[in-house]
Amino acid sequence: MPSALETLATKFPGAYTTSVFRDNQRVVVPSDKAPAVLFDLLKCLKDVCGFDMLCDVAGVDYLNYPNATDRYAVVYALTNTTSGERLFVKALANDPDPALPSVVAFWQGADWMEREVFDMFGIVFTGHPDLRRILMPTEFAAHPLRKDYPLRGRGERHNFPTITRSES
Amino acid sequence: MPLEQLIAGDEAGADQEFLYTLNFGPQHPATHTTLRLVLTLDGETIVKAVPDIGYLHSGFEKLGEDLDFNQYITIVDRMNYISPFGNEVSWHHTVEKLLGLELTPRCKYLRTIFAELARINDHLLCVGANALDLGGLTAFLYAFNEKEKIYNIFEAASGQRFHPSFSRVGGLMNDITDDVVDLIRNFVKTFPKPHADVTRLLNRNRIFVDRTKGIGVLSKAEAINTSCSGPVARASGVVRDLRKDEPYLAYPELQGSFKVVCATAGDCYARYLVRMEEMIESVKIIHAAVENIPSGPVNIALNDKMTIPDKTATYRSIEGLIQHFELFMWNRQWEPPVDEVYGATETANGELGFYVVSDGGGRAWRARTRPPSFIHFAAFPALIEGHQISDVPAVLGSLNIIAAELDR
Repeated sequence: MPSALETLATKFPGAYTTSVFRDNQRVVVPSDKAPAVLFDLLKCLKDVCGFDMLCDVAGVDYLNYPNATDRYAVVYALTNTTSGERLFVKALANDPDPALPSVVAFWQGADWMEREVFDMFGIVFTGHPDLRRILMPTEFAAHPLRKDYPLRGRGERHNFPTITRSES
Repeated sequence: MPLEQLIAGDEAGADQEFLYTLNFGPQHPATHTTLRLVLTLDGETIVKAVPDIGYLHSGFEKLGEDLDFNQYITIVDRMNYISPFGNEVSWHHTVEKLLGLELTPRCKYLRTIFAELARINDHLLCVGANALDLGGLTAFLYAFNEKEKIYNIFEAASGQRFHPSFSRVGGLMNDITDDVVDLIRNFVKTFPKPHADVTRLLNRNRIFVDRTKGIGVLSKAEAINTSCSGPVARASGVVRDLRKDEPYLAYPELQGSFKVVCATAGDCYARYLVRMEEMIESVKIIHAAVENIPSGPVNIALNDKMTIPDKTATYRSIEGLIQHFELFMWNRQWEPPVDEVYGATETANGELGFYVVSDGGGRAWRARTRPPSFIHFAAFPALIEGHQISDVPAVLGSLNIIAAELDR
């Protein structure tokens, strides 16, 4: 059986680059190809290569990061529960409308993890069944894990609407 | 979140007036932590459950970008605060992977022992609190009695009972004394008896079995598809344990001393049984490890410029003093490669992973946590639908949702 990378190389030539760091094998999908390719690429990894578990979905903001070319990245940590193999698919996205296809159709576990990335970074997952904020309140306007959001907030907590006893 | 918004998209019973909505939490004794469920009920049967989380969100991951690799340990401690040392091991495992550090054999064994103690602690709380929710106070008290002994061990080793903050990049805060070894040996010797007591109290307890067997069934396919890990996945038949599959610390040398515990039923009772058996396996690991702790230094060598020197070296030698300042001045610190790495360890609740992006400084650019509680709670609505409202505590307890880890 061909390895996952060989399968990808025949099906999606030129659509991604690969890199290795420590034991992490990575597949990087550039921002211009990600919206079109990512969905099929992950579908292929699940159905053909046996990556049946989506271990993690991590958002990263690369604003002012050394040598960064793109603003955001979403890292899908895939696991093959039969062989124990891991693969990290990193899809890049950019302002003004960072958007990537949702993978809830393949892995139910992606539901909340994509919601969290949307909540924290404002990356929209198109096709997500219920893309709402999950950790921050609905009224919250910013995306707090973006690098241009200050550590101490913008006074949201200080100005949070409160109800006094007489008003209740 | 306003209630209307949560139930707006509820087509399941919009035109059926006999369905009603019940707000469960955020403050409810059976949730144990701060989380909220909006339940749509048909009589006492749950038609739909919509979790609403975020009450304890305190920006841990944002803090991880502001605190250095050692300082963040205090925050990591507070994620799953029942087994904090497991989180510390996971965080520093990832950081050391990023830095490319190889720990000393003694440190590997000590971290393994304390991580297993933390696992027992977590399982004891989970089993005890689950029994308490279902009416079994005695098992809860037995479990907490043992938890106290584990806290004593952590106190003797690190000076802190709850949040030890014991691990450091490249080693531990300090080496342990012989007293700690005696405490651990004593715990290993005495633990099987209370464990057997709890087993006898619950395993064939009519009320406990009736309320857990066949409740909240998670099939193997669902467990994998919803990314479950740890005891929850293993109770559904997923044979996956990072201690066996991706051995780290001293586990490669201890492979012969433990087995992976699995069940196939996938219900609350199976999850309870898996946790009970895992405690026995953990005791076996501790027993094998504590008799074989290698001698030698606990921290990696000073000239590697990675570990905080001990106080004697700081005050009595110029190398130690320089090294101390190198690690504490914010413009010096570690120099990791400008790259990113995912590292995960098997904690009590499942696979706790960190995705660390580094810009070459002593602080993470991004410190993403893969929180097992968050992922297990996402699977909760599917588990509870069709069951009775009294099954909510049973299922919640068996998933061991820790809201601090859920919301971070």
